[in-house]
Amino acid sequence: MNIVVLLKQVPSTDSHIEPGPNGASIKTADLKWVINPYDEFAVEEAIRVREAKGGTVTIVTIGEAKAVEAVRTALAMGADKAVLVQDPACAGMDGLGIAQVLAAVVSGLAPDLIIAGQRAVDDENWLVPAAVAHRLGMPCISLVIGQQIDGDQIECRRTIEGGIATIRAKLPVLITTQRGLNEPRYASLQGVMKAKKKPLNTLKLSDLGLTPKTAAVRVLAMKHPPMRTAGKKIAGSTPAEKAAELVRLLHEEAKAI
Amino acid sequence: MPNTILAIGEVSQGSLRKVSIEAISEARRIADHIGGSLQVLILGENLDAAAAKAAEYGADTLILADDPRLALYLPDIWSGVAADVIQTNTPQYVLIGSTTTGRDLAACLSAMLDAPLAMDCVGSRWEGDTLVITRPMYGGKVLADVTLEGSPRIIVNRANFFPAVPKKTDASLIRYEGVIPESQLTIADVQREASARPELTEADIVVSGGRGMGGADFSVIEKLADLLGAAVGASRSAVDEGWRPVSDQVGQTGKVVSPNLYIACGISGAIQHFAGMQTSKVIVAINKDPEAPIFTKADYGVVGDLFEVVPAMIEQITRLKSAQ
Repeated sequence: MNIVVLLKQVPSTDSHIEPGPNGASIKTADLKWVINPYDEFAVEEAIRVREAKGGTVTIVTIGEAKAVEAVRTALAMGADKAVLVQDPACAGMDGLGIAQVLAAVVSGLAPDLIIAGQRAVDDENWLVPAAVAHRLGMPCISLVIGQQIDGDQIECRRTIEGGIATIRAKLPVLITTQRGLNEPRYASLQGVMKAKKKPLNTLKLSDLGLTPKTAAVRVLAMKHPPMRTAGKKIAGSTPAEKAAELVRLLHEEAKAI
Repeated sequence: MPNTILAIGEVSQGSLRKVSIEAISEARRIADHIGGSLQVLILGENLDAAAAKAAEYGADTLILADDPRLALYLPDIWSGVAADVIQTNTPQYVLIGSTTTGRDLAACLSAMLDAPLAMDCVGSRWEGDTLVITRPMYGGKVLADVTLEGSPRIIVNRANFFPAVPKKTDASLIRYEGVIPESQLTIADVQREASARPELTEADIVVSGGRGMGGADFSVIEKLADLLGAAVGASRSAVDEGWRPVSDQVGQTGKVVSPNLYIACGISGAIQHFAGMQTSKVIVAINKDPEAPIFTKADYGVVGDLFEVVPAMIEQITRLKSAQ
């Protein structure tokens, strides 16, 4: 089983994000960088499939030099090898441009299964996995909470609004992850040592025969949402008094109930 | 057709979804600004009631892809039909409500048509002929103004941000007669949760519980939610403890909600949770710990035991309702 994981390095979710001086990107100097939380589920699931079925897990990512840390973490968790596309031209790309690059890398790997996070928690585009699947002519099953492979068939349980659907498809397939799919493992010390020796191939767009796709989505400006500050502390000496005052304020002042 | 705008409506249990009505209204405003006409495409089965509803919000043309094969969402056949309609009518903008299905469909269409996409938009304004769209990034910690170049421009609107404005029109009705492609996917089974509560992301009121719930028994906040017609949410720690399903999680790695009223019970207010609910209009925090960070962001803060405060609220609201 040839398994590919699409991975992205993002600022950790406990980061305070500040718009940068150019207004169109964020300040990155003091951020802690991690594997996109949804991609951790993808790495874990890929390793589990390989443990059950045999094969290879390849991490594919696009990023700057520091993205190597995220790749090494995934290799330390148990992935076998990695491809990092490191090209300044990728920095200005939108989701469709990124998908084009990822698809070009992945098509050379002839995967049976691609696993990707449902979305990256930085740009929140929810676009790249579907666009990669489309470029590769594969079906895409998103928000998967459980999967089972039998021969060349996969059966996935995915969340839909108000329920869960079970979907079947023939491999190759791209699936996206959901919290609840698994519990990602930590990299062991032994895994960290082994990861240093695992193959990591760094490519430029020219190695893929690609010219950068012009972004059709342009960020003009970034700002913080309006600041929220502490409002009223509800007075009262008993819970009943506080509840009465809260309900009164919600009804008369906030007109929310 | 010049100056066509297309909104895609989604149906839930026979009714047009609220977020779809908001998408249709925003599409109508765009059509009016550019002097264009509004088409509304609805996919599914038994769509007449939803079509009638769409006509109340300013559709010039209703296109119904009404077929048992479209009864449940499958990305490849839904996007195949929608792409066919888009290629025939060449709209400048395509608007879709931000639901699980809407986001998936929008991503497929963007990829198929090489069309720029702005996901989960929370606002828009015109700068001359350019539509500037505002969308959250980094879990809502930042709002980005973006423009889209190319055609069609796909805009996915988040619930509760674009006002629904009724506008009666004499919409003409077209039944989709094109090809419905074969799907590469098969639906083997669908299990529906029997919940009368509104969908978390669309609800006007959300009552959420966190670590302070102390266990899986959420009955006290469920009771409050049902009294208010609200959805029930949960913090990540409550989900990680296994007290609530993943689908209830509000936060940066869960669902983002923007209700009129958000009541956080026993939630300390980690930055990731705040990212998921900060656009709520009114935030109430109920927590035993007076130092909980959520109090620095809440419009109304109650320091107290939620297991005493919430039942007392239920009593007060019941009294209020019977007096009305």
